Amino acid sequence: MKTVDLQKQSVRELNQALHDQVAECTEREWVVTDPKGAHNIACGLDQNLTVDIQGHAGYYCAGMNKKAHITVHGNVGQGVAENMMSGVVRIKGDASQAAGATAHGGLLVIEGNAGARCGISMKGVDIVVKGNVGHMSCFMGQAGNLVVCGDAGDALGDSLYEVHIYVKGSVKSLGADCVEKEMRPEHISELSELLNRAGVEEDPAAFKRYGSARQLYNFKVDNASAY
Amino acid sequence: MSKDIDVNAGLRESATFDRTTMAEIRRAADTGIYDIRGFGAKRKLPHFDDLLFLGASMSRYPLEGYREKCNTKVTLGTRFAKKPIELDIPVTIAGMSFGALSANAKEALGRGASLMGTSTTTGDGGMTPEERGQSSKLVYQYLPSRYGMNPDDLRKADAIEVVLGQGAKPGGGGMLLGQKITDRVAKMRTLPMGVDQRSACRHPDWTGPDDLAIKILELREITDWQVPIYIKVGATRTYYDVKLAVKAGADVIVVDGMQGGTAATQDVFIEHVGIPTLAAIPQAVQALQEMGMHRKVQLIVSGGIRNGADVAKCMALGADAVAIGTAALIALGCNDPKYDEEFRKIGSAAGYYDDYHEGKDPTGISTQNPDLMQRLDPVVAGRKLANYLNVLTLEAQTLARACGKNDLRNLEPEDLVALTVESAAMARVPLAGTSWIPGQSF
Ligand SMILES: Cc1cc2nc3c(=O)[nH]c(=O)nc-3n(C[C@H](O)[C@H](O)[C@H](O)COP(=O)(O)O)c2cc1C
Repeated sequence: MKTVDLQKQSVRELNQALHDQVAECTEREWVVTDPKGAHNIACGLDQNLTVDIQGHAGYYCAGMNKKAHITVHGNVGQGVAENMMSGVVRIKGDASQAAGATAHGGLLVIEGNAGARCGISMKGVDIVVKGNVGHMSCFMGQAGNLVVCGDAGDALGDSLYEVHIYVKGSVKSLGADCVEKEMRPEHISELSELLNRAGVEEDPAAFKRYGSARQLYNFKVDNASAY
Repeated sequence: MSKDIDVNAGLRESATFDRTTMAEIRRAADTGIYDIRGFGAKRKLPHFDDLLFLGASMSRYPLEGYREKCNTKVTLGTRFAKKPIELDIPVTIAGMSFGALSANAKEALGRGASLMGTSTTTGDGGMTPEERGQSSKLVYQYLPSRYGMNPDDLRKADAIEVVLGQGAKPGGGGMLLGQKITDRVAKMRTLPMGVDQRSACRHPDWTGPDDLAIKILELREITDWQVPIYIKVGATRTYYDVKLAVKAGADVIVVDGMQGGTAATQDVFIEHVGIPTLAAIPQAVQALQEMGMHRKVQLIVSGGIRNGADVAKCMALGADAVAIGTAALIALGCNDPKYDEEFRKIGSAAGYYDDYHEGKDPTGISTQNPDLMQRLDPVVAGRKLANYLNVLTLEAQTLARACGKNDLRNLEPEDLVALTVESAAMARVPLAGTSWIPGQSF
């Protein structure tokens, strides 16, 4: 196990050391101490590493992650795990806005709440939030799954493409073209698998499913006001 | 064809309601939806044709046209990148998406640019192997939609261009209509096949220049500070945008004027938003100079560049390089008169075709139809582009030598005069034959 104290070493040195593990993996377990909200911690990883960040992280923590398992024992700023491709990112605290933005794959678990635009433009990632999500979550979401065990803010799933959204609590309002859909057996099993992978104990049957009404997929005169 | 109008019969066309305007009203009434099209602004705007060079004479010393060296090389990204981009000529190929353009067209752009030692740019649809394979220097666009964005391609790029806007549609996102969302395009963008796709106009995970500064650091971290990071803006409040882009940490700033081409945008947007390229350059240069960053943060200008004179004029106004989109497509064969009959079958004509979004381009360039695409031979088209780029360079060098400059970047505003009051005011050079720069002196 290797420990990097971010009060003694820079984020640049940390990230370079983590990136160097691609060419030759000398250490699989990493601990980052005293992050004090620094931005861009552990972004661009591309190796089966575990990285434990002991404290709060700033913007874009674990950005574009591939393969690595990254845990933040604290809160994170904007864009955690943005554009993640694979691997697992787990936030023990809360996440600010745009958590998991545009991410293509992997699993993002937020044990606290997530701010606005959680899962914006997501492209295949699975996101599980134990708490609530803010307004405009899953805006223009294209693919993947968003699971919210708490409540969702305004305009959930606005201009949605093909993401499956599951919410247990209340939804303040649905965005343009987002509708509640029937929970069929395949959705219950998809959701239980997601909850399992995230290590979250909830009853899948207590959730509602939301998705795209697919009414905005093609330009139609009658939709003009929605454009 | 209808018979010619007899003007002697007293028929008079309205300047306000001319035939194009009337046709648009009828089209709107028939369809109920705005006109979407490709190409750039078609209205007449103050442009580089309104500027002239003052060749050397008694008070200036010219260089021999063929013998004396006139450098065209330029290095982009010297501010922070470990590996700046070295270009043999200061004319780059602007970002045009795979999706909007066929794979063959993208390959041809790569081939032509590489032959001339310059760069090409991806677009709103990710990086294709054809393009990466054929482009010796490839700039990877980082757009609001983030279609196809992934760290592997990011690390394969020679530079990253964060796109905030385009001259054709500052404040608007991309569009790609269902006809062009084929299986391959859909997969690259993670979209269902056949949807009318509207790209986001705002980046999903940052708002404002302070966030952008952190975003740029993230991109640098992911790529280990190797490659330059550009910021591209559509020309509107260019003076402020350039200052903010420098502050956000850009290595290179791309300013795209309102004449800039597009693959698909509302006509109202193309024609009514933004400022002409001519007006944007002095604003950008002023911002850079005030920050002590002119030439340290390089400036690339695009929007309506057609010939070596346009290139030389951009550089004289202070650009380090230019980018071309529409002109490059025309060099490949876009709007070629040899397909006029086919253009007419789809309600257009060679020289007028701008329905890139419909995907029916008979020249095989702005289409995803495999039969049409086959018509474009990437090797031949690439050679044509290289020839054209060579002419742009030779022409720009001719003008620079005439002004006594042994490097294109030594051209300066002092070498220019303007033909109209408008262009004098915008370009901030004197009206020809006077010392008058409107707005600066009386
Ligand atoms: C067919 C086509 C597709 C384009 N796609 C993009 C794009 O994906 N991203 C982008 O930033 N600009 C795009 N542009 C704009 C160009 O990058 C460039 O700004 C513009 O073409 C420059 O003006 P010019 O066409 O007059 O040379 C596109 C332009 C055209 C003609």
